[in-house]
Amino acid sequence: MSATTPARPAPAAPPARPGWLRRSLRPRSPLTAIGVVVALAWLLVVVLGPMLPVQDPLAQTPDRLAPLSREHWFGTDSLGRDVFARVVAGARVSIPLSLLLVVLSMLLGSFVGAVAGLLGGVVDEVLMRVADLVLAFPTIILAMGVAAALGPSLTHAVVAMLVVTWPQYARVTRSLVLGARDREFVIAGRLMGIGWFTSLRRDVVPNVTGPVLVLATLDFGNAVLLLSGLSFLGLGTVPPTPEWGLMVSDGVQNFTAWWVAAFPGLAIVSIVLAFNFIGDALRDALDPRTQQAVGSRAL
Amino acid sequence: MPPSPDAPGRTGAGRGGHPLLRYLGIRFLVSLLLVWGVTLVTFVLTALVPADPVAAVLGDQAAADPEVVAQFRRELGLDRPLAVQYLLYLQRLVHLDLGTSAQTRQPVLDDLREAVPATLELALFVLVVSVVLGVGAGLLAALRHHRPVDGVVRVLSLVGISTPTFWLALILFYVGFYRLGWFPGSGRLDARMAPPPEVTGLLTVDSLLAGDAAAFTDAVAHLLLPGIVLTLYAVGLLARFSRSAVLDVLSAEHVTAARAKGLPARAVVFRYVLRAALVPILTVVGLSFGSLLSGSVLTEAVFAWHGLGQYAYQSATRLDLQAVMGVGLVVGITYITINFAVDVLTAFVDPRVRRR
Repeated sequence: MSATTPARPAPAAPPARPGWLRRSLRPRSPLTAIGVVVALAWLLVVVLGPMLPVQDPLAQTPDRLAPLSREHWFGTDSLGRDVFARVVAGARVSIPLSLLLVVLSMLLGSFVGAVAGLLGGVVDEVLMRVADLVLAFPTIILAMGVAAALGPSLTHAVVAMLVVTWPQYARVTRSLVLGARDREFVIAGRLMGIGWFTSLRRDVVPNVTGPVLVLATLDFGNAVLLLSGLSFLGLGTVPPTPEWGLMVSDGVQNFTAWWVAAFPGLAIVSIVLAFNFIGDALRDALDPRTQQAVGSRAL
Repeated sequence: MPPSPDAPGRTGAGRGGHPLLRYLGIRFLVSLLLVWGVTLVTFVLTALVPADPVAAVLGDQAAADPEVVAQFRRELGLDRPLAVQYLLYLQRLVHLDLGTSAQTRQPVLDDLREAVPATLELALFVLVVSVVLGVGAGLLAALRHHRPVDGVVRVLSLVGISTPTFWLALILFYVGFYRLGWFPGSGRLDARMAPPPEVTGLLTVDSLLAGDAAAFTDAVAHLLLPGIVLTLYAVGLLARFSRSAVLDVLSAEHVTAARAKGLPARAVVFRYVLRAALVPILTVVGLSFGSLLSGSVLTEAVFAWHGLGQYAYQSATRLDLQAVMGVGLVVGITYITINFAVDVLTAFVDPRVRRR
């Protein structure tokens, strides 16, 4: 983008070179390809969920803790429910919830960060010190405290996770806004007399969306882990919801029936790993350093 | 909140005193401010609780008696304004009075004295092992950039950070203990074994001090499984950051210059690359301690490891406010202290930090 860009910049243009998204998603490495395929497969499960020919994830049978068989591919849990059906149904709980969490935390965090960066001064200091404070607590412990304080319910768990996840978005957005704030077209806009909110919405936001979206992709895996971790502790989703973390905790009581915990756990690993593979490729594509380093053969 | 002195350039410009001391002084003040903030957070968190702690602590029967409830609220100061409650809270903190846990009926401080060493032992064990392995793997991957080793480290570290600790703990417990019987089960020491006389609270250290070889071996054996679980995660985290920190330095001009002058590779790596990469690596080690504590909450739950994580979890689910506040304080202050220590180390390693 040139310095002579008029007061209204090209909408949603990320500050990277054009075509970065396509370049980064083109699977140059087998890892990225695996990541994309696995993520798409899970997406398909989420969309097609109710149409898939699996058993009722909530139906209890007298066949408790039954090992793998032709009827129950992944065995049954302590209430005789089909683990395969619950893993499939769990995708429709864990994935949309984590997505919701990432989106909400991104919106909240980047709003706070943008306000801090744009207004500066005391507002900036106060908001960033609050962010520092939240970051001074290990995520699970603070989320656990908030979730427990509010009482066990899914809404409260989401609130608790929001409380611990917004600061990283606030920090990144703030630093991006600080970079964008002094660009000519933003200053020109402010000089023309538009208010800070309009300036934020029209001139600053389009210039920070790209990197923030990448951060959100990188963060999706963490959201899945945080949600399942809280549920595992009994502070997230509530039984009998087929949620992966909750299903693993059923396996603690019945650890000799390994299939109860093993399969939902594998589901978590597969989707988190897939997103981390994708995120890694995104990061590489956006980081000019990795491309330079290709030429300079290391020692 | 008052404006923080977290801007050395602004506050320190042109004033006398040794630059290193001034830098450390400012970092120290910032840390103190954060500690104060932690007390505020733990207090607000528990003050905002909509669920009634009175019913949770006293039980339904006693909670039905208004006389008992009023007495209880007076004892805890719950009938005073929030600001007064906060000041009372601070006053008690200064006297190291963290209140009484509703579930154990013991002073929270005593509970913490028992729980902290258990977690500390696990965390230190993991930290030492994973710093060696993680930084080593990261360095190796960066030096062999785009070679097979780099790819292997990359995949392994991604697997490490993508695996839920609570699930891995369960699987290793099943395989290592139940199936193969290679490792002891849950807990910190075999139930039939007499614990060594308490000196530090760390069973491995205490048993060594007492010269009790059997207890030492048993304590180490119990550390292994939860240790492996947490190490896999921490190694993944550290390897990734070390790799990118070293890659950063490798493309710096002074490294190119050193190589152009014909210095042997080993000298370049140890004298220039590692030293410069140490600053970001130190920072990440400090930050990863928080993730370690988070991971240990989930791991301790599986291995019945009676540490801070399990205590936090039990008190949080039972609305044991005093205990939750105590854990929050200890964890927050530990984290701040560690990061202050990292700042100090950084200042010694990197002279530029002091002059900023």
